[in-house]
Amino acid sequence: MAKGKRLTPEEIVKSFKDEFKTGIKGATIKRRTTGVKKIEFADIWMKIDKSIFKDLVKYLTKLQKYPHLAVVSGNDLGKTIELIYHFSVYYGVPQGEISLNISVELPKSNLTIETICDIIPGALITEREKQEMLGVKIKDIPDGRRLFLSDDFPEGVYPWRKDETGPQKLARNLHEVKK
Amino acid sequence: MKSKEATKTTYRLPIGPIHPALKEPVMFEFEIDGERIVDADVYLGQVHRAIEWTGMRRNPIQILYLAERICGICSISHPIAFARAVENAMDIEVPARADYIRVIQGELERICSHVLWAGVAAHEIGFDSVLFLTWQMREKALDLTEYLTGNRITKAIITIGGVRRDVTKDQLPKIYETLNYFKDNFEKLRHMFLDDKTFKMRSQGVGVLTKKDALELCAVGPTTRASGVKKDVRVDQAYCAYGDLDFDYITPDVLTGEVNGDVYDRIIVRLLEVKQSIDLIEQCIDKMPSGELVSEPKIPKLLATIKKTKGEGFGRYEAPRGECVHYVKFTGESDHPYTWKVRASTYNNILPWIPMLKGEQIADIPLVAASTDPCMSCTNRVAIVDSGKRYEMNKEELHRLSVEKTRRLMA
Repeated sequence: MAKGKRLTPEEIVKSFKDEFKTGIKGATIKRRTTGVKKIEFADIWMKIDKSIFKDLVKYLTKLQKYPHLAVVSGNDLGKTIELIYHFSVYYGVPQGEISLNISVELPKSNLTIETICDIIPGALITEREKQEMLGVKIKDIPDGRRLFLSDDFPEGVYPWRKDETGPQKLARNLHEVKK
Repeated sequence: MKSKEATKTTYRLPIGPIHPALKEPVMFEFEIDGERIVDADVYLGQVHRAIEWTGMRRNPIQILYLAERICGICSISHPIAFARAVENAMDIEVPARADYIRVIQGELERICSHVLWAGVAAHEIGFDSVLFLTWQMREKALDLTEYLTGNRITKAIITIGGVRRDVTKDQLPKIYETLNYFKDNFEKLRHMFLDDKTFKMRSQGVGVLTKKDALELCAVGPTTRASGVKKDVRVDQAYCAYGDLDFDYITPDVLTGEVNGDVYDRIIVRLLEVKQSIDLIEQCIDKMPSGELVSEPKIPKLLATIKKTKGEGFGRYEAPRGECVHYVKFTGESDHPYTWKVRASTYNNILPWIPMLKGEQIADIPLVAASTDPCMSCTNRVAIVDSGKRYEMNKEELHRLSVEKTRRLMA
């Protein structure tokens, strides 16, 4: 639990902007309320440049020693692949947790990103999944084997891609067979 | 199991993909030195059924029922997490009454899940009379679920922007009756699990996960709380009606004054959470406001709005096993999500298995693996590969080893 000063979502965004300047391409804070008491919870969505990614994750450990990484999700956006790292900080205090969704876009010509396993060892499973599902190369990943896909799954097919490397060819549309 | 020549070198023991202790397929490979586990590795994916891919070809209302079928035990958790992700993407405000009903259903599911797990843990150490006693209790919770939703397992109660069925006044007596039954029996359950010599012998100091490991490996749910990490989405973040309710993190030191992070602590956390869930359901019934059940009852209208939605949303929910998250993205071109990512709680509790199992005995595998309450499905064979020769060891054999260890300790 962080004993130091706890920042509000705005202050977090500001501190990131001060630290990384133009590396932060955009940030929005979504606030929503729930229940009868209308208690608020905040989601920060931030788009960042790939060059500051690793430093930003290191910077996160200043907010809380062990930032929680829920999962990394990914989108195939056509020319780029977007990875969204869903972190949360300030857990351990009632209603104090803030979600931080950090999005990094990688051009399809250079699909590499650094591993964060040295900072958050728990990221290994989700990084392995991103490698096989999106065809992203995680640099220096401690264990680069496949996770969910079996060994006989064809190379060069990435189930989450929407381009020609996607899994469409593997899908059997049973309703079409009988035509 | 055929006898093995004694050598000083370690050998490898694959367990699974059909697994002894678990209800679902996963494969472990252990490096064994005699009876000790030196190293462990996990292979996943035996039940990867491309659910996310299927979901991206359906609209959110259809996905709700698909999400419900990801897991038979978390059949409220996944739809709520998904509904919250969609609601966050579309800025839908859920009516307060629906939030309370979600909590009631969710906590009932937690009672079912934790009591089921307690029975499995008892079975793993060879204490089958306790298995039947706990599952008898679980039956009551299932009966109440059926009474409230019409179904025992796939409840189909959650919808985007609310819930599909109310909890009415004339249903309250039955709810109180079941809750009182649980309260009356809770002491029995606590005494059985926490004071019994057999349970203590097999669970204290076994399968330890240190606080540091739990934090670094991003463990979630009772697994991380048993190691003393205060992490519970219900308390951390206001969602559904949890912000209005009075409750706190449950870590083992609440009861014993210390945190060991062993299997015994995981039993404590789950047992206390059963009690907490009973209390939360009662609070909900007392505080529940009247009002609408769903923000937009007309589904075609809702789908038309989704079709125009451009944006992404992220939903968290504290499932019985820990934080369950869903991510959705809509591009405004179709009512099918462009991306749907599901992350169940066990996903984050895979890596913590490795430090837990290292240094333990083969006979402890079923109990330690079961102690995180993994959610994957069940199988029946273990193969031991020893310098190219392959021996098979079935579930009964491994279970027998575990039971024998209990007997040995008791003698």
